[in-house]
Amino acid sequence: MLSQQEKQVISLLQGNLPLTPRPFAALAEQAGMTEDEFIETTRKLMSRGVIRRLAGIIRHREAGIAANAMVVWHVPPEQAARVGEELAAAPEVTHCYERPATPEWPYNLYAMIHGTAREECEEIAAKLAARVGISNYRTLFSTAELKKTSMTYF
Amino acid sequence: MPLPREAGDLVDALDRKLLTLVQKSFPVVPRPYAAIGEQLGIGEDEVLDRLGALKASGILRRLGAIINSRKLDFFSTLCAMKVPEDRVTEVAAVINRYPGVTHNYLREGEYNVWFTLICPSAREAQRIIEQIKEETGIQEMLNLPALRLFKVVVNFDLEREAARA
Repeated sequence: MLSQQEKQVISLLQGNLPLTPRPFAALAEQAGMTEDEFIETTRKLMSRGVIRRLAGIIRHREAGIAANAMVVWHVPPEQAARVGEELAAAPEVTHCYERPATPEWPYNLYAMIHGTAREECEEIAAKLAARVGISNYRTLFSTAELKKTSMTYF
Repeated sequence: MPLPREAGDLVDALDRKLLTLVQKSFPVVPRPYAAIGEQLGIGEDEVLDRLGALKASGILRRLGAIINSRKLDFFSTLCAMKVPEDRVTEVAAVINRYPGVTHNYLREGEYNVWFTLICPSAREAQRIIEQIKEETGIQEMLNLPALRLFKVVVNFDLEREAARA
């Protein structure tokens, strides 16, 4: 479980890092810690995998990566592991998950593809389908972003 | 001095390098912006100016920690709803009110509204899903928590994108 201090560090890092020369010192001050303590706690949380990393997150649309497609695949359960790994190996795939199939929605593998245009995403999906040998798939393009934010945990 | 940039302006080559770099990893050291500047051959001030401009123009959404919600024992799921076209705005407002809803996209297909939900527990997620169904009167909702994770990458190589465009 997390200590109070660790929760404090997460709550300060889940937002925006200050754009000042010593951002960790500024956050440490808010938490009543020293800069060293704050950096050390952050590193420990990273080594435990609670914090994957510190990084910038961009808005793809504004950065020119205009098309985003969720490709859903109907894969026989015994092949899900193989196909999931093969899809994940493709550089164009940014996210790949197995999710439960339901009677209304039989698709069980999900791969996110980002491209500069719709046609590019469609080509990538077709190429992947041929590679993994699964023809039952659908490419669901996003037509609007209704919400995009980051989680506030603590 | 970098030129002032307005929203919608294209980023320059150095911005792309900077964005590609900070998406991959941000150094956890006392003067991280100086460390980034060293890698790019520019000063700390210029790194701060450029990141500030990218933030202001909306290209850089956030600079901070990427948290693994599973390690915090949070439950996350992907939900899909069948929403009549003329009700999308209204239904999205109901869904988006929950702070655990972090992403929500309108997509093509019969299940057209897809959102992610992060909650302290699966039970809490189920409760929110039921509330959304009740409030919107829409029963057709899929709750699709990940069973297995094969890949999560959230950094884009903007230099490669620029080269291909």
